[in-house]
This record gives sequence, structure tokens and C-alpha cells, in this order.
Amino acid sequence: MTQYIYLTVLLPFLGFLINGIFGSRIKNEKIIGIIGSGTIGLSFLVAVGAFIQTLGLPVENRKTIVTLFNWIQVGGLNVNVAYQVDQLSLVMALIVTGVGFIIHVYSIGYMHGDKSFWRFFSYLNLFIFAMMNLILGDNFVLLFLGWEGVGLCSYLLIGFWYDRKFEKGTTGDAAKKAFIVNRIGDFGFLLGMFLIFMTFGSLNFSEVFSRAATFNIPVSVFNFIALFLFIGATGKSAQIPLYIWLPDAMAGPTPVSALIHAATMVTAGVYMVARCSIIFASAPSIMILIAIVGALTALFAASIGLVQNDIKKVLAYSTVSQLGYMFLALGVGAFTAGIFHVMTHAFFKALLFLGAGSVIHSMHDEQDIQHYGGLKKYMPRTAMTFLIAALAISGIPPLSGFFSKDDILWNAFANGGFILWLIGAVTALLTAFYMFRLYFLTFEGKARFGHDKHPHESPALMTIPLMVLAVLSAIGGFIGIPALFSGEGGNRFENWLEPVFKSASFKVATEGIYSSFDEILLMVLTVAGAALAIYFARYIYLKNPQFALNTSRKFKGLYNLLLNKYFVDEFYNAAVVTPILKSSDNFLWRIADVKIIDGVVNGTASLIESISGKIRKMQTGVTQVYAVVMMLGIVIALFWIILSL
Amino acid sequence: MPVPIEYYLVLSAFMFFTGVAGVLTRRNAIVVFMSVELMLNSANLSLVTFSSYLGNPAGQLFVFFVMTVAAAEAAVGLAIIIALFRNKLTMNIDEINILKW
Amino acid sequence: MSIELILFIIFGLVAAVSGILMITRSNPVMSALFLILNFGSLAGLYITLNAQFIAVAEVIVYAGAIMVLFLFVIMLLRPEHEKLAFKIPGIKTFSIIIAIMVFFQLAYMIFFAHPGSIIKPDVAASIKAGTVETIGRELFTNYVLPFEAAGYLLLAATIGAVVLAKKKFV
Repeated sequence: MTQYIYLTVLLPFLGFLINGIFGSRIKNEKIIGIIGSGTIGLSFLVAVGAFIQTLGLPVENRKTIVTLFNWIQVGGLNVNVAYQVDQLSLVMALIVTGVGFIIHVYSIGYMHGDKSFWRFFSYLNLFIFAMMNLILGDNFVLLFLGWEGVGLCSYLLIGFWYDRKFEKGTTGDAAKKAFIVNRIGDFGFLLGMFLIFMTFGSLNFSEVFSRAATFNIPVSVFNFIALFLFIGATGKSAQIPLYIWLPDAMAGPTPVSALIHAATMVTAGVYMVARCSIIFASAPSIMILIAIVGALTALFAASIGLVQNDIKKVLAYSTVSQLGYMFLALGVGAFTAGIFHVMTHAFFKALLFLGAGSVIHSMHDEQDIQHYGGLKKYMPRTAMTFLIAALAISGIPPLSGFFSKDDILWNAFANGGFILWLIGAVTALLTAFYMFRLYFLTFEGKARFGHDKHPHESPALMTIPLMVLAVLSAIGGFIGIPALFSGEGGNRFENWLEPVFKSASFKVATEGIYSSFDEILLMVLTVAGAALAIYFARYIYLKNPQFALNTSRKFKGLYNLLLNKYFVDEFYNAAVVTPILKSSDNFLWRIADVKIIDGVVNGTASLIESISGKIRKMQTGVTQVYAVVMMLGIVIALFWIILSL
Repeated sequence: MPVPIEYYLVLSAFMFFTGVAGVLTRRNAIVVFMSVELMLNSANLSLVTFSSYLGNPAGQLFVFFVMTVAAAEAAVGLAIIIALFRNKLTMNIDEINILKW
Repeated sequence: MSIELILFIIFGLVAAVSGILMITRSNPVMSALFLILNFGSLAGLYITLNAQFIAVAEVIVYAGAIMVLFLFVIMLLRPEHEKLAFKIPGIKTFSIIIAIMVFFQLAYMIFFAHPGSIIKPDVAASIKAGTVETIGRELFTNYVLPFEAAGYLLLAATIGAVVLAKKKFV
């Protein structure tokens, strides 16, 4: 089955083609949905098969490369279309196809009745195609192909309802923002790729990484490569300073937010850093930078999420914050912890988004949580699954979020120092707080909506995926139980992924002097803090709503700052966007284009016109004038002959 | 002493010059035609001169054919002038300027 | 002052003067008549060069047929006397200058080439070459192909002239 791993890439592409070309003619939504979800389901089965097969291989042989054909062969550059099946790509493949399949099934119910139903599914399949290329490719070029492809699909899907208004512009503006900001990151990624080729002479993962481990290359080169690659990651995975597109991406349909902006695309940056672990590990100062950026992003985004009133916005900032956690893990050298959090985050964040979609769907596109309240009795299943997801993200044991978040925090403390752990811990408290604010305001308490809304439970096509994800969120963490608890085997997840990061972990400072007592202490601290935060949220939003209002009035400046997202978008607009637009308008258009280029072209034409206007006067029409000219020519010829005699 | 050959050739050149001046200067189409015939005859004179001084009849045969062609050309040319005159009612070349810019 | 030189001077002078006169008359009939005179003197020149056949052919074909044709057309169309003005100023003087230049160039080349030193006149051969028998023999043996082609040319010219000069194109 490993040999057929390319099917996971090919099947979604087929689905994209079929739905894209024939979709508008197939009037039956069920068929489109079956084609769209079926391809992903089959891909998932192929991935599971490859996984089982790889489990049977001995640990050293677990990397298989399936080459399809030779793509580029120019000079020293030799790039194949080949897919690498190893532990890391299998984990990612299972997550992408598994969660992707669930979300596809959910979308059949959510997008019911939409006039472009077929277009949605063809775009979703195209996205899975690109994402699989990204995570399965065995060289940087194929990864970049997938990188750009998911950016494109993100644009297409965010702007899916292209004729809808969104905040101050249209959904098209949000889609463009996502694409353009991603592009800025991609430029950094490209520079990193160029440097890699220059330094190592190849773009193939195996060759580059083995050379990186053995060759003697100065640290400054590694620093630059790692820095550029990380810039690409900040664009794709929404870290400071390029996170601004993610909240605006909520303009798209909710399944899009769940699939792309929670579970898969935004984790591409994390995957890339993990895949290039040896390069990052060889650049210690950049690792520190990554950890700091991750931690700060986590705190920053969590603080904004505290006061947002749109249900999807809260979840968007929560995503940015959790991504910060993943980068924090990568930055301190805990690569497996970062990937572990990718997996658990995919489960509970997709569940949160799908649950939010269920609420939005039944409240007829109302997204302001100030108009929700008491929905538990109308939508019991949605409420129950949402609660499970909220508990998971807050890090309450024994749900999955607890294990992954704790893994990260422990590694941050042991390898990164106290400050990083503190930032992470405070963010965990804030996460619990705002998540349960969201839960209580939406599902508990008194109903704050008018009589025109009739909330109801969503159809089975939407609630069954919710329940599947809830089960995964609950028990998914047991795969990564820390060595503390599981005894002889150690952390199963970590053991599985360890060979991939072996060469990198040699270069990273490992935990040394801390004992297991410290680990348990920290665990207890964070869980207790989270529980306190939940209780506090319950107190404010259920029992004493006036308290929230009073606090917001007393700290009006701070409240405004948080509500307006620290005015980052406005700052970017003024500092970057407007000057570029103005200079392009004034200089590039008015002067360069109109005066210079048009001037040259039109000027040439008018020059020729004036010259020919003068030359045409030579044609008098009188034959004798022509004869005179001919005789003149003869005279000149005779002169020539005479002079040469 | 027989006539030096250059005299004949200079006479031929002079007749040629006369013909050229006539072609370039006169307005009447028929007179232009006659000047062209004059030029042809100057060439004939040269040919016959060389043929005589070299003793080779080839030059005179050439003259024979030149005369034939000149006759044919004169016939056709005059037919054209007649046709032109019927349309434009003028014989002046500089009034026939349809190809003017 | 041999007789050949005197003959040459007489005939040559007549030819040159009649040429000049031909191009300067305003009456086209006068131009035609002077051209006939020119052809006549040319025939005389040919005789002094021992080219008997060509001389006779000149008179018969040129002076007798072609010029008569010219005169017919002139009488038929009756062009008015030309006013010796030219619409485009300066062209006339310019063209005369060009023509004079051509003449001087040709004269220079002739004297520069100095053919007199190379070519010695061969009187006996030239007499023999100018006779009708020689020309006839050459025409029908060595140059029979151009001869036949000339026949076709004349046929084509005849047909062309008839078609062109018709009142309506059929």
C-alpha cells in the first residue's frame, strides 16, 4: 500500500476535476457530495494502509520514497515528483485525510441549498490535493507547489460567496488579503530555498538533510536559511507579524474555516519547520527567535480573543494563539510535542468550528454571541460536543489537549527557561477563560435572541461528524502519554516520530537536571489555573453579567485596545499599504506608464507618421519626374565607373 | 586617313544626350516618344561603328533586332497614347498624374 | 582631308543639328519631320561605315514605316502646340543639367578608353561584313532563334496594338 501513496494525491485531484467540470450539470447534491467526500475517504484508507505497512517495518527502514517521474533536470538541479512515506508524513497524511473526510461529510449538510454547491466541493478537493503534495513531497519544490496551492485554495474558498459584504469590504477583499500576506511569507520561503540550493547543491530532502548534518557549514548560513524559512512559516501559519489574514479569513463558509484555518493549512508552517528540523537545530539563535515569536503570538492573540463578540473571530484568534504554542514547542527543540499539538488541535479546533457552524446555521447566519444564549436546550448534541472541545482546548485531563499542551509547557520550562513557561501558562489560563466565556454566552443562561429566530438541532449529516470529532478530542491524547505515566514504553507518539528528528535532537540542548517531581508540579499548576479560569468565567457570564460590563467600563482604554485588535490592521494600512498604493498610483501609473511607455510607443508612431508625410510628397505622379530621378541614378553610376577606371 | 572611331562614338553620345534632354523636358507625349526613338538610334550607331571597325557582322545583326523591337514598341506605344487620349483628352504627360500622393 | 572625313562631317552635322531642332520645336509635326531628316543622315553615316543592309533597313523601317505611323497618330489626335512651360519649377533646368552631365561622362569615358589605339580599321572585312549575303547567312544559320522570336514579338505587338486602340474593349 505504501507504493500506492500517490493515490492520496491523485484521488482528490480527480475529484476536483470531476466536480469542477461536470458539477454544474449534476443537479443531485448527494452525488456531488459523495464524489467529493468519497475521494478523500479513499485517500484516508490508503494512508491507513501505508501506516499499518510502515508499522511492520523495522525502525531504521521506515522511510520509503515512491518516485513517479523526473520533473526538472536543469544543470545541477534535479527534481523528481516523488513522495516520501515516513513517520512524520504519515502522521500528517492521516490528520489531513481523516479530519478532511469528516469535514467534507459535514459540508454536505452545511452547504445544502447553496447555488454553487459543486464549486465548493471541487475547491475542497483541490485543497486536499495541494495539501497532500505539501506533506508528502520529498523535495522543497514539491513542498512549495503544495504551499502555493493551499494558498490559492484558501483564496478561492474564503471568497467563495463572492457577492457578500464582509466588515468594511467584501469577501473578495478578505480573500485578497489572505493571498497577498501569504505571498509576502512565500517570498521569504523562496529566498530560503534559493539559499538551500546554493549551499547544499540540491533541493531534495534526503540529500539536503544528510549534507546539513555532516558538512562543515558556517552557522551564519544556517541562520539565514532558517530565518527565511521561518518568515515563510509566519505567513502561512499566522504568526506575528503576518497573522492579520486569519481573522479576516472568517469571511468564508465555516467548513472552510474548520478545514483550512484550523486543522490543515495553517499547520503547514509547523510541518515545514519540523521537516527541516536539522536546519533549524543548526541555527540556535533562530530557534530562540521562533520560541519567542511563538510565545508572544500565543499571548497576544489570546488577549484579543478575550473580548471579541463574533463567535468565529474568537475561534480565529484562538487558532493563532494555539499555533503560537506549536511554534513555541518547535523553538525549544521539542519537535514531537509540536506535531502532537498539531494533531490534537486539529481535532478540537475543527470540532469547535463545526459546532460554531452548526449554531450559525440554525440561527440563520447570526454570528454575534451577544445575541445568543441558552441554546443548550435547542441543540443538545452541538452543545455537548462543543463543551468537550472547550474542555480539551483548556487542557483539562484526561482530554487530548491536556497531554499535548502539557508536553509543550514542560519542554518550554526545561529547555527554554522560566519566562517562556510563564507566558505559556498565562496564555493557557486566558485560553480557558475566553473559551468558556464563549460556551456560557452561547449555550447557557437566558436566551438573548428575538422571537424571529427558531434554533433547532442540525441534521444528522452535521451532528455525526461532530460526535466523531468529540470522541477523537477526548481519547486522542492517550497516544502521547508522557513517559511519566506510561512506564516502560515511554511516550508512544514521541517514540514513533523520534527517528525523523534524530539528527536534529543531537544539536539541541536536552533536558537535564529537572526531575519528574517538577513535571508533575507544573502539570498540577496549569490544570488548577485552568479550572480556576473556567470557574471565574462561569461566575461572570452566568451569575453576574454586570461584572463584565463594569470591568469593561473601568478599563475602557484597555478594552478598546483589545476590541480593536491593538489597531494592528490600521497600522499596517497606514505604514505599508497606503504608501504603496499612493506611489504606484502617482509614480508608476501617471509617470511611468502614461508618460514614458505610452509616450515612447505613441511617439514612435507619430514620428513615423510625420516622416512618411514628408516622403510621400515625392510621388508627384508625373512620369518625367521619375525619369529625371532615374537619369540621376545613371549619372551617379557613371561617376562611379569613371572613378574606378 | 579613315575617320577615327572616337568621332563616331562621340556623335552617338551627343545624339543620346539630345534624346535624354527631349524625354525629360518635353510635355507632349508623342514628342517624348520620338526622343526615345532618337536614343535608340544613337545606340544603333555605336553598334554599327564597332561592327564596321572590327569586321564582325554580329553588331549589325544586333541592330537588325533592335530595329524590330523598336518598331513593335512604337506601334504599341502609340496605341496606348490613343487609348489615353480617348479617356483624358490631353496629350500632356504632366496632366496624367493619377499616381499622385 | 579624305573623302570619308568630309562625308562624316556633313552627315554628322546634319544628324546632330536635326536632333537638337527636333526637341525644341513646339509643333509636333515639325519635330517628326526633323526626326525623319535625322534618320536620313544616319542612313548616310551607315553607308560610310560599309553597312549597306542596315542603311537601307533604316530608311525603309524607321523613316518609312515608324515615322509615318507617328505622323498618322499626330494627324489623328491633333495635339495643340505645346506651351513650353513646366508645372514643376526648376525641373527643366535640372534635367538639362543632368543630360549634359551624361554626355560629358560618356565623352570622357570614350576618350579615356582610347579605342583608336586598340582597334585598327579593317576595311576589307567591314565591306564583306556589311553585305546582304553576310547578314542573311548569319541570320538564318547562327541567329535563327532570335529571328523566329522576333517574329513572335511582332505578332504580339500587332495584336496588342489592335486591342488597345479599339473603341470598346471586347
